[in-house]
Amino acid sequence: MMQTTPKPTREKRRHTPKADLSNLYQRAFREAFLKLDPRIMIKNPIMFVVLVGTMITALLTVNPALFGSYEGGNSYLFNGLVTLILLFTLLFANFAEAVAEGRGKAQADALRSTKSDSIARRILNDGSLENVNSTNLRRGDRIQVIAGDMIPADGEVLEGVASVDESAITGESAPVLKEPGSDVASSVTGGTRIISDELIIQITSDPGQGFIDRMIALVEGAQRSKTPNEIALTVLLAVLTLVFLIVVATLPPIANYINSPVSITILVALLVALIPTTIGGLLSAIGIAGMDRVAQFNVVATSGRAVEACGDINTLVLDKTGTITLGNRLAEEFIPVNGHTAEEVAAIALAASIFDNTPEGKSIVRLAEKMGATLSFNPETAEGVEFSARTRMSGTDLSNGGEIRKGAVDAIRGFVRSRGGQPPNDLQSAYEGVSQMGGTPLAVCEDREIYGVIYLKDIIKTGIRERFDQLRRMGVRTVMLTGDNRITAAVIAKEAGVDDFIAEATPEDKIQVIQSEQAQGKLVAMTGDGTNDAPALAQANVGVAMNSGTQAAKEAANMVDLDSDPTKLIDLVTIGKQLLITRGALTTFSLANDIAKYFAIIPAMFASAGIGDLNVMGLQSPQSAVLSALIYNALIIPALIPLALKGVKFRPLTANQLLQRNILIYGLGGVIAPFIAIKVIDVALLFIGLA
Amino acid sequence: MLQGFFQIVLFMVILVAIAPLFGRYMAIVFLGQKTWLDPVITPIERLILNGSGVLSAKSMTGRQYIQAVLISNLMMMVFVLAIFLLQNRLPLNPTELNAPSWDLALHTVISFTTNTDQQHYSGETTYSYFSQMGGLGFLMFTSAATGIAVAIAFIRGLTGKPLGNFYTDLIVSITRILLPISIVGAIALLIAGVPETLAGPAQITTLEGANQTIALGPVAHFEIIKQLGENGGGFFGINSAHPFENPNNFTNLLETIIMLVIPAGLIITYGILADNPKQGWLIFWMVFILYAILIFITAWGEFQGNPLVNNILGESQPNLEGKEVRFGPALTALWAVSTTGTMCGAVNGMHDSLMPTGGFATLSNLFLQIIWGGQGTGTAYLFVFLILTIFLTGLMVGRTPEFLGRKIEKREIVLASIILLVHPIAILIPAAIALAFPETLSGISNPGFHGISQVVYEYASAAANNGSGFEGLLDNTLWWNLSASFSLLAGRYIPIMALIFLADSVARKQPVPETTGTLRTDTPLFTTVTAGAIVILGALTFLPVLALGPVAEAFNLIPTL
Repeated sequence: MMQTTPKPTREKRRHTPKADLSNLYQRAFREAFLKLDPRIMIKNPIMFVVLVGTMITALLTVNPALFGSYEGGNSYLFNGLVTLILLFTLLFANFAEAVAEGRGKAQADALRSTKSDSIARRILNDGSLENVNSTNLRRGDRIQVIAGDMIPADGEVLEGVASVDESAITGESAPVLKEPGSDVASSVTGGTRIISDELIIQITSDPGQGFIDRMIALVEGAQRSKTPNEIALTVLLAVLTLVFLIVVATLPPIANYINSPVSITILVALLVALIPTTIGGLLSAIGIAGMDRVAQFNVVATSGRAVEACGDINTLVLDKTGTITLGNRLAEEFIPVNGHTAEEVAAIALAASIFDNTPEGKSIVRLAEKMGATLSFNPETAEGVEFSARTRMSGTDLSNGGEIRKGAVDAIRGFVRSRGGQPPNDLQSAYEGVSQMGGTPLAVCEDREIYGVIYLKDIIKTGIRERFDQLRRMGVRTVMLTGDNRITAAVIAKEAGVDDFIAEATPEDKIQVIQSEQAQGKLVAMTGDGTNDAPALAQANVGVAMNSGTQAAKEAANMVDLDSDPTKLIDLVTIGKQLLITRGALTTFSLANDIAKYFAIIPAMFASAGIGDLNVMGLQSPQSAVLSALIYNALIIPALIPLALKGVKFRPLTANQLLQRNILIYGLGGVIAPFIAIKVIDVALLFIGLA
Repeated sequence: MLQGFFQIVLFMVILVAIAPLFGRYMAIVFLGQKTWLDPVITPIERLILNGSGVLSAKSMTGRQYIQAVLISNLMMMVFVLAIFLLQNRLPLNPTELNAPSWDLALHTVISFTTNTDQQHYSGETTYSYFSQMGGLGFLMFTSAATGIAVAIAFIRGLTGKPLGNFYTDLIVSITRILLPISIVGAIALLIAGVPETLAGPAQITTLEGANQTIALGPVAHFEIIKQLGENGGGFFGINSAHPFENPNNFTNLLETIIMLVIPAGLIITYGILADNPKQGWLIFWMVFILYAILIFITAWGEFQGNPLVNNILGESQPNLEGKEVRFGPALTALWAVSTTGTMCGAVNGMHDSLMPTGGFATLSNLFLQIIWGGQGTGTAYLFVFLILTIFLTGLMVGRTPEFLGRKIEKREIVLASIILLVHPIAILIPAAIALAFPETLSGISNPGFHGISQVVYEYASAAANNGSGFEGLLDNTLWWNLSASFSLLAGRYIPIMALIFLADSVARKQPVPETTGTLRTDTPLFTTVTAGAIVILGALTFLPVLALGPVAEAFNLIPTL
């Protein structure tokens, strides 16, 4: 059924599909100039003020006496230099944004290339086929795809079994089996390719609303809506800009009063130095880069808001299986009860599991066969009973009317009672024995007789405990949800180091846990994949659906993890925090820089007022002081671009430790660094004769 | 100098001992708990509240609270303005004063209603006893009570409680805080020699046989609320430098301490109301340290004396210009920093004559408005800075910033930012206009750097609702009366509106539980960072003006510094 295509060796996936990053800098360089357009600049009030300042000094370069004449040295040269430095300040800021956008665009282009328009075969009501352009498909349409076709849009498989290559979005090269009805395998994603057989698919998204479209929109950052924190910060920065605008605009009359007039060029220089250009120039780059980081982790987020919310999470609700423990529990031992032997238990367990295709079921079959158990009936004549979340058991119905079941111990107890049997007394101790080892006990029975308990061993993922410790230090509480009984759940919870657990959980419990946490004002994140997870995913503040999950789950979630790795939520928390920290740190740095800039420019500005002693840096001349401060102001932007794009490194410390650390680096550092840098630039200017 | 040092230290000790008592008492009052004053006060309150029909009034929304503040303040202004303009037809006018000009009356009314008490006049030659007692005295109580009510509503909102009822808080502030303390204080002043009489000026024949007219009046009761309510509007033109307002060292101590107790105590009140006394104390000490630094700077400057004078004398003398010899440099410096820090604005010496370091300290106080701060509003401004610091530091630890378990979001930042904007607009813009037309407008008596300080000080004093004057300015003109009125109103009501909306918005938020990921705001580290943010956000704005005013003056005065 599956084609044997040569599989490329798998590598550690990060940036998938591979984005074309060549020419990134050349393109960003060009963009930096194009972005000087005032209509674009006005979106960033801080840099717009710089643009206006640049225009004024440019005019003064052409005609220094435009706004009245001032005594002083070569004002053509000086005004020209200031104009040049301001221009570079603008270009650097634009460049930072362009690089961030460029990375996103490259990734978007790579994604878009998977999304060429194609012809789809729509199934009409009378059953006939009609060729339509894929962009004309609407939600609810049914289409047929056959081997070799590109699946044109997100959808749900109605009929057929086929393998699909999803490498375009997940980077996973092994084909995935798709079939209807199953929770996990029935959803297909637009842009993936069917490589065998054929499928009938019901389209679940309108054009432009699909999965890939959302991802493209996000990484491109084109219609990136600002997050609440970003808006609040922009407001604060705009107000500070306005404050400094008033400060500078009111200076000339005051300076004139003491007969110490100031040239317009120096006023513009002071204004640009004081307004928070560093953070203003990097703010949008930080935001775009944050989204890009999410995409690099192979997660599709529907909004930046969701990513930021990750940083605020108080409670993580996690499924035990697949997240905390390896998904596959393995049968370890058969424990007989009521005088039966282990061999008898093995035979019944084998009979109960012969139709069970889950890894657990297969491991039971393997263990039973190893112990020499054989089937006492012809499987062709028997019928499998599927597991359901409600009955919590599965098994086999024999042609002679015999009913063999395995399942949660109390479910089997109920089953036996309903058939008129009595659960044996030693069942409880067998059940507790397994539970206390952290295993999952499954009881097996034939009709009204319970034979024993299967010990399914749960394996806790390595390193998960450390991650939960980290989360705890960040103030995130973890709650484990599991269908296991209380004792097993408690053992696993203790071993894995989660803060709380809910045993014997039903899907409805999930939403209840989330609601009760939210009622206390907490923000809750969870992962899920099944259709019955959808309401909980929608209820959670951050819902991460697995890409292998159902369409319903993906639509309810605000993020989709393409790798289907539930532990990734922990990375997302880090990314969310990192985004905020980077903004906060650079804002603090930018504001702290003002002190040094004041000490450079104010004494230079009012040299005639006799406040030369304020020139604590001992800068060579007023001209060199102003130029040095401005050059520092311009150069600090490209110097911080890598930090803005990469984000401030997040350490799992408590809030107070983090503050201590960051305030030392970006607060105190922001006060001291410019004093040194400006002095160095001043010396350099002296060296090249511009001082 | 050593004696001065001990005077200041002793004063500080008394302050630290007394302010928390007042803070605790105010907390009890606003928590509605029993006090031993109840048997006396409750019947009086019931009478007032029943009579005015607000006793049953429920807690107000932000909008209602602001409406109540604005409407009641406007009514008071109209009422007192009428008294002023009709004072020649009203009783208690022994010196038969005429009605003041409309613009001076307007400025005075606005100035006293906003708890500023900036005076473009001398009380004894402008306003009758009736105007002073019935008009100004009335406003001194209500404006101080308005400030306390707003601060309490603000603290309630921050801690997630309903804002309360403005009228109830206003009346309770008067009946339970301002009035009882004033009665005791006025009697103490009376005993110490401050006059309280309705008789006209005394006619005296001096030893040389010359005739002298000595102004008298109902000073003692006026004086105590002037200090306690941080009003600062003196009965006499030269305020607490006048021997009938502040005759000796005892009255000076009482008057200095009484102007600090409410703003300093309110910080402790906050700690109690927020159920976090530790944070209250940390903020208290932060402000205390800033306060001590400014006192040191000022006193040091005064003790150094004026180098120009000292060079001529050939000896080192402290600067005694513009000081009352009975207080000396230390107590004048202490008073100057306290009065500008608390927005009281009363003076016991001429700030115009302070050394540039004193000019720097007093101006910085006016710009920051939080080194104890105004009656009520100062405490609220402290929290605005705290909120801005929380916003920046909250981001730095990777969480949406929270204060007292409530998220600080766009709306709160917008409102806090508005408060940041008020000062540049209300101080720098009118100062620039005044300095642009020095001949027509300014009336500056000192040219050069000192002139800049004079003009900036006038508007800073108005916008910060302080009311003290650098003096020397010829300020009873149409321009100064109206432009200062603009700064007074902008500096008072815009922040009050923003504060109440901010508190209202915070109060409506769902509280967020505290985790180890939450940034604690009651730590020395956070408090230190707040102090840094206050200096950067609050003072950096005014650095150019300070550089051209007192700093330039200092460098030019002391070339060897």
